[in-house]
Amino acid sequence: MREYQENSVVQAIDRLSDSFHRLTLFAPRIAAAARPGQFVMASCGTTLDPLLRRPFSIHQAFADGALELLVKVIGRGTSYLSTLRPGAELSLIGPLGRGFHLTTHGPVTLVGGGIGIAPLLFLASHLPTDSKISTCTVLLGSRTNTDLLVLTEEFKQLGCQVRTATDDGSLGHHGFVSELLPAALPGAHMVFTCGPHAMMTTVARLCLDAGIRCEASLEAHMACGLGACLGCTIHGAGNTYRHVCKHGPVFDATEVAWTP
Amino acid sequence: MDTLTTAVPPEMKISLGPLHLANPVMTASGTFGYGAEFSNLVDLQRLGALVVKGISLEPRPGNPPPRVVETACGMLNAIGLENVGLDRFIHQKMPFLRTCGSRIIVNILGDSIDEYAILAEKLTLVTGVDGLEVNISCPNVKKGGVAFGTVPEMAAAVTRAVKNATDLPVIIKLSPNVTDIAAMAKAVDESGADAVSLINTLIGMAIDIHSQKPKLANIIGGLSGPAIKPVALRMVWQVARTVSIPVVGIGGIGTAEDAIEFLLAGASAVQIGTANFYNPAAAEQILTGIEAYLSRQGASSIHDIIGSLRTTI
Repeated sequence: MREYQENSVVQAIDRLSDSFHRLTLFAPRIAAAARPGQFVMASCGTTLDPLLRRPFSIHQAFADGALELLVKVIGRGTSYLSTLRPGAELSLIGPLGRGFHLTTHGPVTLVGGGIGIAPLLFLASHLPTDSKISTCTVLLGSRTNTDLLVLTEEFKQLGCQVRTATDDGSLGHHGFVSELLPAALPGAHMVFTCGPHAMMTTVARLCLDAGIRCEASLEAHMACGLGACLGCTIHGAGNTYRHVCKHGPVFDATEVAWTP
Repeated sequence: MDTLTTAVPPEMKISLGPLHLANPVMTASGTFGYGAEFSNLVDLQRLGALVVKGISLEPRPGNPPPRVVETACGMLNAIGLENVGLDRFIHQKMPFLRTCGSRIIVNILGDSIDEYAILAEKLTLVTGVDGLEVNISCPNVKKGGVAFGTVPEMAAAVTRAVKNATDLPVIIKLSPNVTDIAAMAKAVDESGADAVSLINTLIGMAIDIHSQKPKLANIIGGLSGPAIKPVALRMVWQVARTVSIPVVGIGGIGTAEDAIEFLLAGASAVQIGTANFYNPAAAEQILTGIEAYLSRQGASSIHDIIGSLRTTI
C-alpha cells in the first residue's frame, strides 16, 4: 500500500442537496489504490489561507480513474471545493489510512449519519458478493429528507436494504438513526459506522453490549494525514492516544474510548 | 561566456561547522516524522538533511486533543512532544533512516541538563546519525519549569553539556519567545555550538467564541507557517550578524523565494517545516528553485548569496 500526491481534475460537481455536493475527480493513481474507509487530503484553495489540506473519506473509486468525494460545506475550505467547476485542478494526497476490514461472511449493517455516509457507499459496493444481496442493511440518518434521496437510491441499487431517519421527520424515522439499530442488530455479523461522534458512540455501545464486532470511521483535525504532525489524536481504549490518520480513520470499536 | 556559466550547475554544498551537506535544504523537526512517512512522496536523497521528530530519553504520550488548529496563514500546535523515546527511535526508526540517502540530524529534548547529555552521549554511538539539533524550548524541570531557551546562562549550560557528551556536530535550536534572541545565540555560540537554527514556533492562542473555549486543549500552542515568516527572517538577520557560527533559517518557508530571503539575510541553510504538511513536494521544489535563481543571477555557488543582503539604499 502506498500513497500518491496527484493533481486531479474535476470531472463533475453535483449538488445533491442544500448541504451535500458530490465531487467527481479524475485521479487514476489514487482511485486504483483506494480501499473502502481510506481518505484523501485535498488542497482547499490556491493561496496560503486557508493553509492546510482537509481530509475527506473516499466516497467511491472506479477502475476508470474516477474518484468521488462527498463534500458538506461547513467552512472556507469546503466552500472553496463547492465552487470548483469541471476542468479545475485539485491536488490530492492519498489514499491514506487504515480502511474497513471486510472479514465477515455474514450479514452486515452499515450506520451512517450526515456527511458520515460518504465512505459507506464505497464500502457497500465492495462487500463480498455472497453477502451483498439482501444481507446488507443500511441505516442512514440526516437533518432532512433532501440529503438522503439520491444516496438512498444508490445503496438500493447495490442490493442493500435501506432504512432512514431524519431529524425533522421528513423521511423515515423521526429521530436519531442510531434508534433504528436495535431492530437491525439481530443476525448482523458485523456493523460499520461513520457519522457524528455521539451517534457512533451509541452504535458502538449497542454493538459491544450485543457482542457484535463494530468498526467506526473517526475524524479529527489533522495537518498532514501522513502520521507526521501527530495532531489528529483521539482518546483510545486503555488510556492511550491514537492517531486518526495512521491508526485509523477506521477503528475497531474496542480500540476507542467512547465518551461520555 | 554566458552559455558556459549557465551550463554549469551552481555549487550547492554548505557546511554547518563540521557538518557537510550536499545542499542547504533541510526538513524541520516535528514536520517530517521519522522520514518514512514521506518516503512515497519525497525523494529523500535530494534533501540536504532530514531532522527527525524530537526525541526524549523516555517515550512521551503528548497532549490531549485537540492538538492542532488552523489560523490565518498558519497553524497552532500543542502536540506535547509526543515521541517514541530513545530506545525505540534507535531500534525502530534508525534502520530506515540509515538507508534513506539523506544526512540524518536527530533533534533531542530533555527536562534537565543531564537528560540532554545522556541523549547526546547515546546517540553518538548510533551509526548513521550525522548531527544533533538541540531543542532548548523545553521547560527545565529542576529550575521551576523555565524554558532553557529563555535564559542565556541555561542555554549555555545545555550547549556545554551536549558538546562535552558528543563529538557529533551540534546545532542549538533557538526559541523566538525571548526579548533578545541575539543574546541567546551569542551565549550558545560562546559555549561551543557548531551552529544555531531558528526559529522554533511562536507561542500563540486561538479561541472558539461560540463555545467560549480555547481551540487547543493545552490552551496555548506554537504558531508556525507563513504567518511567522517576517518575524523569523528578522531574527535570522539579527542573529547572523551577531554570531560567528552558521545559522539555519526556519519559519514559514514554503517556496524557493522564501528560502532565498533567509539565505540573503545570512542563513547558511534553511529548514522546511509546516509546508511539508500542505505540500510534501515543497523541499524538492525549493531546492530546484534556489538552483534556478542562482543560475539566473549568474552565481556559481550558493555562497554567493548567503548573507549578501544589500542594506544600503
